[in-house]
This record gives sequence, structure tokens and C-alpha cells, in this order.
Amino acid sequence: MGFFFEVLIGGLLSGVLYALVALGFVLIYKASGVFNFAQGAMVFFAALTFVGFQALLPGWTGLEEGSVMVFWLAFILALASMIVLGILTEKVVLRPLVNQPQITLFMATIGLSFLVEGIAQAIWGANVRALDLGIADEPIGWILDSADMIVSSFDVFAAALAGILVAALALFFQYTKVGRALRAVADDHQAALSIGIPLQHIWAIVWGVAGFVALVAGLIWGARSGVQFALTFTALKALPVLILGGFTSVPGAIVGGLIIGASEKLAEVYIGPFVGGGIEGWFPYMLALFFLLVRPEGLFGEKHIDRV
Amino acid sequence: MLYREAGQFKASYKEDQQIFPIRQDRVGMAVILAIFFLAVPMFASEYWLQAILIPVLIFSLAAIGLNILTGYAGQLSLGSAAFMAVGAFGAYNFMLRIDGMPFIVALILGGLCSALVGVAFGLPSLRIKGFYLAVATLAAQFFIVWALVKFPWFSNHSSSGVISAQEVNILGFAFDTPVLKYLLTLAVVVVLALLAKNLVRSTTGRRWMAVRDMDVAAEVIGIRPMRAKLSAFAVSSFYCGVAGALYAYTYLGTVEPEGFNLDLSFKILFMIIIGGVGSILGSFLGAAFIVLLPIFLNVFMHSVFAGSLPAGLGSNLELIVFGGLIIFFLIVEPHGLARLWTLAKDKLRLWPFPH
Amino acid sequence: MMNDMAQDATAEGGRRIGEVILDLQHISLSFGGVNALTDISFDVREHEIRSIIGPNGAGKSSMLNVMNGVYHPQKGNILFRGEPRQKMDPHTAAAQGIARTFQNIALFKGMTVLDNIMTGRNLKMKCNLLEHALFWGKAQREEIEHRKKVEDVIDFLEIQSIRKTPVGRLPYGLQKRVELGRALAAEPTLLLLDEPMAGMNVEEKQDMCRFILDVNDQFGTTIVLIEHDMGVVMDISDRVVVLDYGKKIGDGPPDEVKNNADVIAAYLGTSH
Ligand SMILES: Nc1ncnc2c1ncn2[C@@H]1O[C@H](COP(=O)(O)OP(=O)(O)OP(=O)(O)O)[C@@H](O)[C@H]1O
Ligand SMILES: [Mg+2]
Repeated sequence: MGFFFEVLIGGLLSGVLYALVALGFVLIYKASGVFNFAQGAMVFFAALTFVGFQALLPGWTGLEEGSVMVFWLAFILALASMIVLGILTEKVVLRPLVNQPQITLFMATIGLSFLVEGIAQAIWGANVRALDLGIADEPIGWILDSADMIVSSFDVFAAALAGILVAALALFFQYTKVGRALRAVADDHQAALSIGIPLQHIWAIVWGVAGFVALVAGLIWGARSGVQFALTFTALKALPVLILGGFTSVPGAIVGGLIIGASEKLAEVYIGPFVGGGIEGWFPYMLALFFLLVRPEGLFGEKHIDRV
Repeated sequence: MLYREAGQFKASYKEDQQIFPIRQDRVGMAVILAIFFLAVPMFASEYWLQAILIPVLIFSLAAIGLNILTGYAGQLSLGSAAFMAVGAFGAYNFMLRIDGMPFIVALILGGLCSALVGVAFGLPSLRIKGFYLAVATLAAQFFIVWALVKFPWFSNHSSSGVISAQEVNILGFAFDTPVLKYLLTLAVVVVLALLAKNLVRSTTGRRWMAVRDMDVAAEVIGIRPMRAKLSAFAVSSFYCGVAGALYAYTYLGTVEPEGFNLDLSFKILFMIIIGGVGSILGSFLGAAFIVLLPIFLNVFMHSVFAGSLPAGLGSNLELIVFGGLIIFFLIVEPHGLARLWTLAKDKLRLWPFPH
Repeated sequence: MMNDMAQDATAEGGRRIGEVILDLQHISLSFGGVNALTDISFDVREHEIRSIIGPNGAGKSSMLNVMNGVYHPQKGNILFRGEPRQKMDPHTAAAQGIARTFQNIALFKGMTVLDNIMTGRNLKMKCNLLEHALFWGKAQREEIEHRKKVEDVIDFLEIQSIRKTPVGRLPYGLQKRVELGRALAAEPTLLLLDEPMAGMNVEEKQDMCRFILDVNDQFGTTIVLIEHDMGVVMDISDRVVVLDYGKKIGDGPPDEVKNNADVIAAYLGTSH
């Protein structure tokens, strides 16, 4: 039983991270009505830009390598790059495609993900780069002693960070003026325009926040496995979460993330050995699909009848 | 006045419904077929046949498959490569396990396997739409490749699922040179392309497009969305499956499941976006474009940097150019190269007397 | 086609109004908390033009959607030709000879006028996918046979010149006409029209009126019509149902309905 919980906890912890990436999708979907496939590329871009600046800054400024100052400066520069990237995306790619079918927008973001990946590597190179956040990745002693379970301190830290961020965003949506404006935009673009909410500002803020989320996700994932092209696959991890939770629901993203995280680890451990393992790649998708067959409106969606 | 429709009055609906109603189109088609069947085999080098013409033809077929599903029936799929894999491994196993299996039959059976799998993965389309469905097709992409690697039976217990295509032999005649392989591929692709053209202009095609354009209205006039969608999945996967089998048998010779990855699926999607969504001709144009572009970029880079090519720049440039082009086409010419061709024809139709 | 049908209709006595073909009993329909229809009963007789009127949001479109199985009422019975209908879907309705047009044009935007109208005949086309792929012999004959019928519809609606135009490029009035063509191509016995003249100028309205009357007259098609233009409604309807806030407040011949106190109140209370 201890082993079961160990796997479950590991799964839930990574589920929080999935939720974080999924939240990036939800944010942009709410603001721009776009399912942004390039979110994974943006995670990659953010992390790569961060480590890139982190390496360059000491040379430019004479600051000590690995110092807190360098960390935060690099963080700010990376965040600024993300905001610029977001605004450019909004202006150059999405604005001209307004009123196009959603499928077209979706395909455009697939193109965007190639573009962003190419640009990121053209600027910073394609090598795997190490990223150290100064958090050890080892079993937490007292849990190991008292419950005989291996729970990584890094996972707990990452999950806590992601959890705080997710909670903060949920509150932001619920209680701030921008958050409410954003919900109005998501419900009805035209209506929001006629109320006079400055869409430009909202877009800028949302892309900024989405960039921030991507950066944090990129840092956590990058610290775990190195900053490399594989970071783009974080999006692929978040997609089933979105099918499950719906593209518009913040709680859906969170609950969906936890379900996917936990079930994928449990499935790998308990079903995997019978079929040769490696089922993490597709299991979440199948799970989400079967779920949808039963409940097409998703976890938190409402049943909806097409109006004719 | 080379290209004119005027004066060619259709005396009957039968004439109006020919596959190429305009005489110049029929002549043009005959000339193109003559060039590709007769002139190309005589003059093309081995490199051109093997590295360009054969893959362009095969990808055209896969693109037609995806176009049927996405362009005509409106269901976006990100799993085309996986269906190609099913076709390749299907044909391989029929050839391997049944003595005296004729290649063409194995090709068709491989396609049918793929059609079956396609229908299974198309089932969610009955409940979910749009990009939800697109994401769901990723399940097919990951699951199929995984299954082909993990179950050694599919690859006859070779390591990591690599298969080597058997020799292609039709009626005792071995297709073992590049020219012969090219001709075989060309014949299969031409026949299937014509069948596809027929399908999309028939009631089947109209049902697909009706479901694509407005599914509620389609249902109200008695079209069953379920049948329309699943038949699109079946036909589309069949085409991808046959393309996959050709990919193994006339192009690469040796393939592994991992070769049919998400990147390849994206490439096929890019072909139809650039070539023209909802156009059979566009599938050919898009495939040619996507195959030729990297070659062109490579030549271009080498001439610019003359040997001192920065490492990795080539592949990054490719990503940037692909991504940029997709966005460009979606914004500027959503009907792709095929549309440019139609526009050119319209111009020609009026030339030399523009009104 | 048109001629055959016209003859059938004359044989039956042309415009003579016949039996009840559609009987709606105590229909109630709600969406979430919104009651779109509350306990509505009325019937439709063969060969008549039956209009449904009422202010915006009264539930008229919902009523049509119930008739051809797009919406499923929570309560009530529907008898079609005397047979009770349990679970009804739009496909079955179409197979039973019910066709319709929509309030917001629901044409297939990417297809030509000809193809749009051809889809209207899809239930009558029997060839399978393989035959379509070969497009030889049977499939070709079938296509030509149905093409002829569709050309009759095109002639009837006087849209010969736009045959091969993609419908997305047509002006609104013509799109409405094409949509009527698609419904007519199915040779329906019951035709449901949801505001076929909305947004049209006087001339276009006159044309549309003429088409509706001709269809009814020549082919004996039963028509259920939703329309806001009172002049038109009073002119061409045999009987009129009035809805307001999902309830039936009037039912009868135009003259009777016009003088009904509830109806007058409902119309004066809203801006029409
Ligand atoms: N699919 C649906 N989902 C939710 N509510 C709906 C749906 N269809 C109709 N309604 C609601 O039912 C009520 C009746 O709508 P309906 O469209 O039938 O009115 P109508 O009489 O056709 O009005 P109009 O003249 O504006 O066309 C309205 O309150 C509408 O909002
Ligand atoms: Mg209405």
C-alpha cells in the first residue's frame, strides 16, 4: 500500500505541473479564443531565453556567476521577451485571422510553434543546457523514515510553486477587474467590445501572464531534465488535461491535471508491465477520450444544444 | 486564346459532369500523364527518381488522404503518419505471412487495415468537434506507434520494430530498379487520385462537405453525420495506409515505427495547408513544395555560407521557414497553391481580351 | 418532377385542404431554466399554409425544431399522419418527407448552388461509396437523373445563371432562395419555412411569396411558415397560430386571429 501511495503522490505532484501548463492554454483561449498549440514551444523559448541570459549576464555586467541578482535579472529579461513574443503573436498572427474558423487558428498556432522553436534555437543554439534552481532532488528524509515512501523534495517544491501560481491565477480571475473583464471577453468578444473594455490591454496582460506561466513551467521542467527541445512536449502532456477539463475552465485544468498526472503514473506502474511499458505517451489521451465518450461536455462544461 | 471555355457548350448533363469538363484541361492532363509516364523515366536521373519524384508521389497520396478528412469532411487530424504506419506494417505482414500474396493485393489489404483503425479512432468525432477532435487524434498517433514498437509480432520480432520490405514482384516481374519503382508508384497514385476526384464530386463528397460546412443543416436534409464522418475517416486512412505501404516498399525499403512520428503527421498537414485545403490538385502541389523546400534551402545555405555553415542553422531555418509559410498561407491564401493555379487559369481564360 | 407532382396534386383536387397530417399535443420544451414552449397544441392539415407568428423569442423557431426532430420536447405527443412519434431525429423526419429552411441561412458555404441543391436529393440517391469512386454506369446514371430534377428546381426558382457560383458569394436574398431550392429538391410533403422573407426588399419578398404559393398550389405541398410581415401572413395563410412567451394565445383563420384581443395586446406590447 505504501508503494501505491508513493506512486499516487508522485503522479499528483507532476499533475500540478500539467495543470500549470494547461492553465497557460486556458488563459489564452479565454482572451483570444485560440487554442494555442505553440504553448509548448513557448515554454521552451522561455526556459532557453532564461538560461541564455543567465550565461551572458555575468560577462555583460560583471555580476558574479550564479548569484541571486543574475537569476532575477535573467528572469525579468526572459519574461520581457515572452511578453514581446506574445504581443507579436497577437498582432501578427491572430489579429489577421480574426473571424476565421477555430480550426484555421489552431493550424496557425501549429505553424507558430515551428517558428518559435526555430527562432529559439537559432538565437540560443540547440545544445542541452543545465539549469540549477538550487533545490535538491532527493527523497525527503522524514517521509522516508516515518512512512517508508520516496517523495522527492524537488517534486514537492515544484508542485508547491505551481500550486501557488495556479491558486493565484484562479483568484486573479475571480476577484480582479482585469480578471472579470477577461471573463467577459471569453464569453462574448463582441459584447466585451461594446461595453468598452480595452481589448488591447487585456490581450497584453493575458499574453504576459501566459508568458510568465510558461517561464515558470519551463524553469521547473528545465531544472529537472535540462533545457532542451523536449520541453516543447510539455504541451503534449497538457493537451489531454484540456480535453478532460475543457478549454475554458480553470478548475477543469486543475482537476484534469491531477487526474491525468495520477492515473498516468498508476497506469504505467500497474498496467505497463503487462504490455511492455512506455504507455505514458498515449494513456492520458485514451483516458480523456473514453471520458469524453461518456461526458462530451467535459468535466465542468455545461450541456449545450446547438441553436438553429 | 489558348484556354477558353466559351464555345464549348455542354449538350448534356453527362458532358457537364465529366471529370475534366473543359477540353484544354483534358488535353493538359493527357500531356502531363505522358510526360510523367514516358519522358520522366527516360530522362530523370536516379537521384531525381529516388529522392524527389517517388517521395513527392507518395506524400501526395497521403496528403489526398488527409485532405479528404480535413479539407472535404472538415475533421482535422494530427495522426496521418500513424495511419501510414498501419498501412506499411499491414502490407508487410500480409506479404510475410501469406504465401504467394500478390503485392497489389497486399497494398490494398494494408490500406484496408488502416481504414479499420481509422474508423476506430474516428469514433470520438461523433461526440467531439474542432480542435478537441484534433487533439484526440494524437491518441491515434501515439498509441499506434507505441503498439508497433511494443508488440514484436508486427515486425516479425526484429529489434525496435524495424521492417525490411520484401521484393516487389508483380506477375513474375520484379520491380527492383528506381525507374520501375517510380512507375509502379506513379500508376498507383494516379489511379487513386482519379478515384478520389470522383469521390469528392459525387454524392459521397457532397455529404462530406455538407457535414463540414454545417452539420445541423446536413442532418436536417437527411445526411447521417455519423456515416459521413466515419466514411471520411475510412477513406482517408485507406489513402494514408496505401501511401505508408508505398513508403516502405518503393521509397525507403526499410522503415521503423518511430519514422512515422508526429513530425511526419505535421508535414502532411503542412502539405495540405500550403497546397490547398479541399483540393486534390493542391495535395500534389503541397507535397512537391514540402519535399523540395528543404532541398532548396540546403542548396541555398551552402551557396551563401560556402562550406562554413553554422551547425544546426539549416534545420532551424527549415523550422522557421515552414512555420512562417504556414502562417503566411493561412492568412494570405487559405486555399493554398491550388487557388493560385485557379486564379492563373481564370486570367488565361480571358486572355488576350480582358474585360 | 415538378410536372408529375403537379399532376398528383391536381388528381387529389389541387389546393383542397385535407386531413390532419401533423398533430402536436401539449408540447413543452425548456432549456436549462428557460421555458421556450409551454403546453402548446395545434395541428397542420394537408395542403394548407399554416403560419406561426409571435414576437421575438416567442418560441416559433423552437416549434419548427420540435416538428422535425432537432429539439426534443420534454412533454407532449406528436402524431405524424396519425402515427405517434417517440424519439424523432432530423434524419427520420427528412426520410418521412419533412424539409425545411432556417432563420439564419444554413447553406453549405463552400459548395456551389448546384451542389447545395443536389444535397437536397441525397436521401433519394442509392449508390454506395465504391460506385461513387468509379463514377461509371449506375453512379453516373443516377447523378444525371437527379441532376435533371435539380435543374427543374433551378428553373422553377429562376436561378439558372448562378448555378455554378459558390453560395458564400451570393447576396442574402438569393441565398434564401437557394436554401428553399435545397428543401424543394427533396420533394417534401411538409415544408417548414423559418422567416423566408426576413431582411428582403419588397421585390424579393414578392418573388418569394410567389414561389411559396406556387409550391403549395402546384405540388400540393403542406407549408408551415414563420413570418414577421403581417401583410404577407394574412394574405397567404389558411390558418395562423400565435405564440407569445412560449404559450399559444391564438389560433384560427387570419381574420379571426387579427381581431383576437390577446393577440392585439401581445403585438401592441412589443415593437413591431
Ligand atoms: N438551443 C437553445 N439553447 C438555449 N436556449 C434556446 C435555444 N433555442 C432557443 N432558446 C430559447 O428559447 C426561447 C425561444 O426561442 P426561439 O428561437 O424559438 O424564438 P423565436 O420565436 O423564433 O424568436 P425570433 O423571432 O427572434 O426568431 C428563447 O428564449 C431562446 O433564447
Ligand atoms: Mg426564430
